[in-house]
Amino acid sequence: MISKGLRSFAVAAAWFAAAPALANQYNLQEPQSIIAREIYDLHTLIMWIIVGIFVVVFGAMTYAIVMHRKSAGHKAEQFHENTTVEIVWTIIPFFILIGMAWPATRTIISMKDTSGAEVTIKATGYQWKWGYDYLQEGISFYSNLSTPREQIEGKVPKGENYLIEVDNPVVVPAGKKVRIITTANDVIHSWWVPALGIKQDSIPGFVRDTWFKADKPGIYRGQCAELCGKDHGFMPIVVEVVTPERYASWVSEQKKKMAAAAPDSGEQWTLDELKARGEKIYAGNCVACHQPTGMGVPGAFPALSGSKIVTGPKDGQIKVVLNGVVKDGKPTAMVSFKHLSDVDIAAVITYTRNNWANKTGETVAPADVKAARK
Amino acid sequence: MEAAHAHNGHGHGAHGHHYSGLMRWITTTNHKDIGTLYLFFALTMFFVGGLLALMLRAELFEPGLQFWRPEFFNQLTTMHGLIMVFGAIMPAFVGFANWQVPMMIGAPDMAFARMNNWSFWLLPVGAILLVASFFVPGGATAAGWTIYAPLSTQMGPGMDLAIFALHIMGASSIMGSINIITTILNMRAPGMALMKMPLFVWTWLITAYLLIAVMPVLAGAVTMVLTDRHFGTNFFNAAGGGDPVLFQHVFWFFGHPEVYIMILPGFGIVSQIVPTFARKPLFGYSSMVYATASIAILSFIVWAHHMFTVGMPAVAQLFFMYATMLIAVPTGVKVFNWIATMWKGSLTFETPMLFACGFIFVFSMGGFTGLVLAITPVDIQLQDTYYVVAHFHYVLVAGSLFALFGGTYYWLPKWIGRMYDETLGKWHFWLSMIFFNITFFPMHFTGLAGLPRRVPDYNMQFADFNMISTIGAFGFGLAQLIFVYVLVKAIRGAGEKVSDKVWEGADGLEWTLPSPPPYHTFETPPLVK
Repeated sequence: MISKGLRSFAVAAAWFAAAPALANQYNLQEPQSIIAREIYDLHTLIMWIIVGIFVVVFGAMTYAIVMHRKSAGHKAEQFHENTTVEIVWTIIPFFILIGMAWPATRTIISMKDTSGAEVTIKATGYQWKWGYDYLQEGISFYSNLSTPREQIEGKVPKGENYLIEVDNPVVVPAGKKVRIITTANDVIHSWWVPALGIKQDSIPGFVRDTWFKADKPGIYRGQCAELCGKDHGFMPIVVEVVTPERYASWVSEQKKKMAAAAPDSGEQWTLDELKARGEKIYAGNCVACHQPTGMGVPGAFPALSGSKIVTGPKDGQIKVVLNGVVKDGKPTAMVSFKHLSDVDIAAVITYTRNNWANKTGETVAPADVKAARK
Repeated sequence: MEAAHAHNGHGHGAHGHHYSGLMRWITTTNHKDIGTLYLFFALTMFFVGGLLALMLRAELFEPGLQFWRPEFFNQLTTMHGLIMVFGAIMPAFVGFANWQVPMMIGAPDMAFARMNNWSFWLLPVGAILLVASFFVPGGATAAGWTIYAPLSTQMGPGMDLAIFALHIMGASSIMGSINIITTILNMRAPGMALMKMPLFVWTWLITAYLLIAVMPVLAGAVTMVLTDRHFGTNFFNAAGGGDPVLFQHVFWFFGHPEVYIMILPGFGIVSQIVPTFARKPLFGYSSMVYATASIAILSFIVWAHHMFTVGMPAVAQLFFMYATMLIAVPTGVKVFNWIATMWKGSLTFETPMLFACGFIFVFSMGGFTGLVLAITPVDIQLQDTYYVVAHFHYVLVAGSLFALFGGTYYWLPKWIGRMYDETLGKWHFWLSMIFFNITFFPMHFTGLAGLPRRVPDYNMQFADFNMISTIGAFGFGLAQLIFVYVLVKAIRGAGEKVSDKVWEGADGLEWTLPSPPPYHTFETPPLVK
C-alpha cells in the first residue's frame, strides 16, 4: 500500500520535474531573439483573448443547453430580433480586434526593418539541402542533413536531434544583427528557425530578406517549411550562435579552409583517389534523386547505373553535370552543379563511371572539367 | 432513393417513358435523383479520401519511415486534400442544394434539368482521372493540394491528370452554380420574397456566386501550370521572366473564397436545424443574410494571408492582416445569432441538433485559431506547421462535414419517408466528436512546438502527440462506418414511417410536402404568406 503510494508519488514528481521540458512541446519554442519574444507575447495575448471569448460565448451556450431544454420543461419564447443587441455584438468585436491589431502592427514594422545588419548571409534552397554564402566574409558551404540513413530506417536507435542535425551549421555571432537573404535554385523552400522568430520563403529567381539578432550563444534548430518535393522533411537548418570572439576565429578558420580547397593546382589524381572522393560528393549532392543504388526513382529520376550518358563519351556527362539538363527550354530537376570545384566534379563523374553496373575504367581528370567550363 | 422512385406514378404520365435501373440514373433530369447521385458520389469520395488520410496517419504513427517512401507520402497528402475538397465536400453541398432548394422555394425542379444531369456526370470522370493518376509513371501529383509552381511543373504525368480533373470538376461546379442561381432567382413560389427565403437557400445563392467568380480563376491557374509544363510558356519560371509567387496569388484568389464555398452552405444547414430543435424562429434573420454576404465579399480581399512568408511589403502584410481580422465580425454575428436562437427555446437533442451544436462549438474553435493565424507575426511562426493543419480541419471537418452530417440526419426522413436509427445516429455523433478532437487537438501543440506540415518523418519530441493523432484518426474513420450502416438501414425501410412535418419544430415549405416528396416537387406553386 505504502509502496504503491510512494510509486505514484514518484511518478507525479517525475512528471512535474519534466514539466518545463513538456512546456516546450505545448507552446512556441522559448524565444531567443527580440522578434521571437514579441511573437511569443502576441500569441500569449491573443490566446487569453480567445479563451475569454470562449468562456463567455460557450458559457452562454452551455447555460442554454442545460436550462432551456424541453425535458427540463422549458417553454420556447418566440422573440427573434433585437437591433440593439445586434449592434452591440457587432461593435464590441471591432474594439477587441483593434486591441489585437495594434501590437501586431508594431511587430510587423520592426520585422521588416533589415537595415544596419552586421552580418549578411545568403541562404539558398536546393532540393534538398541549404547552401550558405557569407557575403562580406566570402565564406560558402553546403549544409546537409547529417542523420544517418540507418536511423531513419529504424535499424539503429534515433538520436536526440534526429532529422534536425546538419553537417555544417550556420555560425553567427550573438547580439549582432544578422540579415538573411533567401533564394532558391529549383523550387520554393522556406528558411525557418522558430526560436529566432524568422521564416522566409526562398524563391527561385528572386531574393527576399529577413533578419534576427540572437540574444545568447546556443544551437537553434529549424526545418524547411515549404513543401519542396520528396525530401522536404529532410533538409533541416541549424544555427549555431557563438560569442563575437569565437565567431571571428571561426571566420578566419573557414577562410583558410576555403583557400585550401581552391581550384585545381594541377595535381595528378589516380582512379581510386577520385573514386573515394567522388563517393562523398555523390552522397552529398546526387544520392537524394539517383539513390545509393544508382537506380534513380522510376518515372521521376533516371538511373545512372547502365545509363547511356554515364557509360558514353565523358564530355557528354561533364556537360550534363556542369550545365544541368534543360528540356523544352526549362530547367529540370537535374540542375547545374558548376558551383562544385573541378576536382569534385571530376571525382563524382569518375565515381559514377566506375560504380554499380558501370565499368568504364576511365578517369576524368580535373583538367577535363576545367576545359569544359570554357 | 427507392421511395422517391415509387412515386414515379404520380403525375408523370405526361412525360412519357422513364428508364429504369441503371439507365434511370444515367439519364435522370430529376433534381432529387441528381441530388441523391451527388450525395452517394460524395460519400464514396469521402471514404477514398479518408483511406488516404489513414494511410498517411499510419506512417506518422511513430518516427522513422515505416510504410511509404517520402515521395509516395507526399502523393497521399496531396490527393487526400484534392479528393476531400473537390470530390467530397463540394459535391455533397451541391447534392443538398439539388434536393432542398426546389423544395424550400416551392419549385417543381431545378431550372436547367438536363444541364443538372450533365454537371453531375462530369464528376465521376474527374474522380476517375484523380484516382487513376496513382497508377501512371511517377504516381499521382505530390505537390500538395495547393500545387504551388514551380514544384508542380516538376511533377510527372500524374499532375496533368490532376489538372484535367480540376478543369472538369470546375466546369461541373460552374454549371451547378448557374443552375442554382437561376432556380433561386426565377422559380420561387408566389410570395417567397428574397428576404423570406430559408437561410439555406440564401447561403447557397451567395455560394453559387462565389463559385462562378472563382472557379474560372482556378482553371486559369492550372492552365498556366499546364502550358508551363508542356508548351514552353514561363508564367511561373523566373529564368524565363515569370514569377513563382504569381501562382500563389492566383491560386489563393480562388482558394480563399473556396474555403467559404465549403462553409457557407454549412452555415445555412445549421441555421435550419437550430430553430427546429429550439422550437423558436431563427434570431436575427436579416443580420444572418447580411453577415453571409459580408463574409463572401471579404473573402475576395484576404487571399494573401496564406502567403505572409513569401516576403511582401509591410503595407501589404498590414492590409491583409486587417482585412482578415474583419472576417471575425460577421462570423461572430452568426455564432451569436445561433446561440440567441437557442436561448430561451425549448431544446431537444436529436442527432441533427447534436451535430449542429457540435458544429457551433468546434467550428468556433477553428475560428479562434483563425484569429490567431490572422496576426501576421504569429502566422509567420505558424505558417505551414501542424497548427494550420489543426485550424483548417477544425473548420472543414468539424465545420463543413459536421454540417453535412447534421443536414443528412435532418432531411433524410423527409427524403425517404422513414426515420433513421436515432440511437446509432447519436453514437455516430459522439464517436465522431470525440475522435475528431483526439486526432486534431494535439496538432495545435505540435504546430506551436515547430513541426512543419507535409513531412513523412519527425523528431522524437513530436512522437507522443503524433501517436495520439493517429489513434484518433483510425477511431474517426471507423466511426464513419456507423453512418453508412445507419443510411443503409434507413434506406432499406427499417425505420418508422414519418409524418410530413417529421420534426415537431420544423418550419418551411419542404415540411408541407408528403414524406417522401412526390417525384415532381411542387406541380402547382404553393402560396407563401
